Amino acid sequence: MTDKTPMPLWEVFIRARSGLPHKHCGSVHAPDATMAVQAARDVYTRRGESVSIWVVPSAAIIASDPNEKDQLFEPTSTKAYRHPTFYDIPDEVGHM
Amino acid sequence: MYTQALNAKDASAGTRPEDTARLAVFQSTVDAEDKIEPNDWMPDGYRKTLIRQISQHAHSEVIGMQPEGNWITRAPSLRRKAALLAKIQDEAGHGLYLYAAAETLGVSRDELYEQLLSGKAKYSSIFNYPTPTWADIGIIGWLVDGAAIMNQIPLCRCSYGPYARAMIRVCKEESFHQRQGYEIMLTLCRGTPEQKAMAQDALNRWWWPVLMMFGPSDKDSMHSADSTRWKIKRFSNDDLRQKFVDATVPQGQFLGLTFPDPDLRLDEESGHWHYGEIDWSEFKRVVAGDGPMNKQRMAHRRQTEADGAWVREAAMAHAEKRRQRAAAARIAAE
Repeated sequence: MTDKTPMPLWEVFIRARSGLPHKHCGSVHAPDATMAVQAARDVYTRRGESVSIWVVPSAAIIASDPNEKDQLFEPTSTKAYRHPTFYDIPDEVGHM
Repeated sequence: MYTQALNAKDASAGTRPEDTARLAVFQSTVDAEDKIEPNDWMPDGYRKTLIRQISQHAHSEVIGMQPEGNWITRAPSLRRKAALLAKIQDEAGHGLYLYAAAETLGVSRDELYEQLLSGKAKYSSIFNYPTPTWADIGIIGWLVDGAAIMNQIPLCRCSYGPYARAMIRVCKEESFHQRQGYEIMLTLCRGTPEQKAMAQDALNRWWWPVLMMFGPSDKDSMHSADSTRWKIKRFSNDDLRQKFVDATVPQGQFLGLTFPDPDLRLDEESGHWHYGEIDWSEFKRVVAGDGPMNKQRMAHRRQTEADGAWVREAAMAHAEKRRQRAAAARIAAE
């Protein structure tokens, strides 16, 4: 069992209903994409949780480095002027 | 619970000096009730504990299909059979969610599975008891899944994100398991005297093993301190066991059944049900591999694994053949 090629790993994303984005829900092992979709259906959607499934080879996902998240996301933390609450509008003007 | 073997202490890894700062960040994240995610830095001990806990939990789900599988062909009606099949399929699903969560910690499912098959990894003691009557299927849903829910609800808030998310899915599904089990018990208890006696007999056999699912008494439990600090474990074994007894005794009384514990009584002052001493020598024996069904459970699992090997090999070979054909067609077209 250990000396064989491991079965590829796929990340699974499901859309709960139209209008919502696909959301990551876990992973499955499967020999190919078709079987990965079938396995994802059996494992993650036994109670009508989904109207659509995406499977993506886990190895194909490029992720940002958690160790660098401070540097990577720092530029936004100092830019309060990107938020509507940064601007003072007199109450008399009403909702804006 | 499904991870009782964790209560044996192993040599815990020391912290390297350069990790002190990272450890502080880690602990403050945990203390703030934020989640730790797969690629975040974590202490070796945290990773090891989680791999052991999640994989033991997964193994328990997988082995847990066997006692119930025993009754698929003999379920008393189509309705019961459909429910039992759905429940057993859920157990397989729970095992898979959990293996997937464990894999995010840098270990492969094949490795974990190998540990189960070789006997190196443990699974819950409860699945080493036999299911000779239909009432046992009712008891498993009502009590075994009931105890599992008691243990798993706090795990939905575990500090490790993938484990917590898997537990949320599991808990949603376990509720169906417990209710279908109680319904079986109710039907038997409202049936003929023989059916009621069958329900009582099942409760007599399962009550103590179910209480053992929560693991050793707090005074003998070794792993609690780290797991509590890391917010993997939120309630002690004895606290969860007490909660379970308090919730379950009235349900049993509603069925008109009696519990096989002469010391069971309601403590008016605390409002808790006091229960008798658990036979820990039986618990240790079963965890160590000497329960009524340990050998059969492992033999069956190994046989199933061996019998299914050709299917996995064929699927891999087919996928490879299609990949090569697609590649050849591309080259021909160019």
